[in-house]
Amino acid sequence: MKPRTIVEKIWDSHVVAEKPGAPALLYIDLHLTHEVTSPQAFSTLRERGLKVRRPDLTIGTMDHSTPTTSRDLPMLDPIGKAQLDQMTQNCKDFGIRLYDLKTTKQGIVHVIGPEQGLTQPGMTIVCGDSHTATHGAFGALAFGIGTSQVGHVFATQCLLQTPSKSYAIRVEGALKPGVSAKDIILAVIARIGIGGGTGTVFEYLGSTIRSLSMEERMTICNMSIEGGARAGLVAPDDTTYQYISGREFAPKGADWDAALARWKQLPTDQGAQYAKELTLDAGALEPMVTFGTNPGMGIPISGAIPDPASVSDPIEKSDLIKALKYMDLEPGKLLQGHKIDVVFVGSCTNSRISDLRAAASVMKGRKVNPKVRMLVVPGSMQVKKQAEAEGLDKIFRDAGADFREAGCSMCLAMNGDQLEPGEYSVSTSNRNFEGRQGKGGRTFLASPLTAAASAVTGMVTDVRTLL
Amino acid sequence: MKFEKIESKIAVLPVDNIDTDQIIPARYLKSISKDGLGEGLFRDWRLNSDGTPKADFVLNKPEAKGAEILVTGDNFGCGSSREHAPWALVQSGIRAVISTSFADIFKGNALKNQLLPVVVPADAHAELLKSPWAVVKIDLSAQTVTLPSGRLVEFPIDSFAKQCLLEGVDELGYMLQQDAAIAAFEAKRVGSVDTLR
Ligand code: SF4
Repeated sequence: MKPRTIVEKIWDSHVVAEKPGAPALLYIDLHLTHEVTSPQAFSTLRERGLKVRRPDLTIGTMDHSTPTTSRDLPMLDPIGKAQLDQMTQNCKDFGIRLYDLKTTKQGIVHVIGPEQGLTQPGMTIVCGDSHTATHGAFGALAFGIGTSQVGHVFATQCLLQTPSKSYAIRVEGALKPGVSAKDIILAVIARIGIGGGTGTVFEYLGSTIRSLSMEERMTICNMSIEGGARAGLVAPDDTTYQYISGREFAPKGADWDAALARWKQLPTDQGAQYAKELTLDAGALEPMVTFGTNPGMGIPISGAIPDPASVSDPIEKSDLIKALKYMDLEPGKLLQGHKIDVVFVGSCTNSRISDLRAAASVMKGRKVNPKVRMLVVPGSMQVKKQAEAEGLDKIFRDAGADFREAGCSMCLAMNGDQLEPGEYSVSTSNRNFEGRQGKGGRTFLASPLTAAASAVTGMVTDVRTLL
Repeated sequence: MKFEKIESKIAVLPVDNIDTDQIIPARYLKSISKDGLGEGLFRDWRLNSDGTPKADFVLNKPEAKGAEILVTGDNFGCGSSREHAPWALVQSGIRAVISTSFADIFKGNALKNQLLPVVVPADAHAELLKSPWAVVKIDLSAQTVTLPSGRLVEFPIDSFAKQCLLEGVDELGYMLQQDAAIAAFEAKRVGSVDTLR
């Protein structure tokens, strides 16, 4: 048999039907939904008198419009509340398990899937959310879909799909202290640009990736979409199996043994073909930070802000000028030392327990700069509980940071947590688009370590100076 | 609904990597219906903070009235999966976007909403960028764009998506017809792959 990539193996085992001249009908193993991209799909079901075909493979969550203030307070935003109420009603009407604000397992959709053991190797996983690739860390083919497709999966548990090519992203060597998974993925995107992976699925390979924890792999896979890729994944290994074992939805007993035997067949065969390849030397990486208005506009922390004068393509040049104008930054200057107003530690990229531990390790015994507002938002209520058990909440609070309930929060600023016009943030989230964190707000994307260091000094900071 | 030919003047927005947060900001995503999203289209590029229109934004120009084709820079629609982006464009009268490339999810979402993503080669794109408000024809059936100079360029489109647009095929209906194949597939997997049961 022809050697196959992990993506081809998962694809082959999920094709339900293939007709000439039409995309394949691909079976979906797990469908995650949230309050923002599902209501119109539920309406389609109602209009057409359809049911959710597999409510047992469908999970409902609340995260995007969700307040991160105390769950005991009434919700102030009536429109956001109506959206959450609608989600409750929809899940009730269609028999879907919902992790609502009352459960101890609520959280960002891409944090709770793995946490509950729902995310497993070899699965096809979709969600009406572009960061669904996060689940690829487990060797699943996981990608974001639009609301029409959410409706398709509800009604048929399938999607019409054409296969994507694989793009090998190899990361080799040992990371230097102060450099993390977030810096790897920001460096990858800075290298290939935000459209560089369009039409492909990233497979992350190499000794560095193998040495990363599941949470670090999730951080990397999470931002695959920021490189334009439909999905991103890491073939499963012992690190993966250890993480899954014993979680609520993980297979148990004989089922576990059978699952493990299947999962071990997934990694890409020797000699399988990739459409594109990129190799990165992890040892040469520095902490990364973005200066512009898309995640591809990233530089090493010691680097200078690029000069439009050195760009030849006219649209690229005008885009860079536009970005620097929006960010109010001067070309040629260092970003390091630029003053900031807000630090956000959170989002499906960096809100897991290891991210909070990293940020807390810098904050411990230090204070948030008095000019800075710092928000720490755990990715799930389980992460929050664990952080409290380890006393991380106390470290953050003693430092003067706000430690919140779980949700997307300032990652997309739908729930009231937002930047004011003109404010600068260092954020551990994944998008620095204009206004993403609040109208007129300006975002520097970075790792939890860099974010915490910047909170202490009140400016964009190389965490290595504080280690 | 069936997709017809388009003949319209073009509105030119020469910016690369226009993300869906610009097309429609997140604060417009709290709606539980599809109604009224046109109001959020390019909201923060279109209007000042006091709600007055920015005179220099292309869709605010008097010539923009009736323009059904938007020409943009590379990688249009990158970012989030929000289908609100094509909904907002369509509700504002846009029927086709011409660019050199589109982000994958946006392209899929657009095609499901009678919004045609048209990819043209760099030289044709350059001509379009230089010809704001010129009239351009798009013929989906022939897969051609007639440029302002009269030159015809072809554009690629997935054959199934094309058929769906031209014939008004209901994709969900098409999928539901394959119920037996889906049931057979599921039956094979019970107790093995189907670990979440
Ligand atoms: S944390 Fe941000 S990127 Fe992740 S799902 Fe929520 S809004 Fe989307």
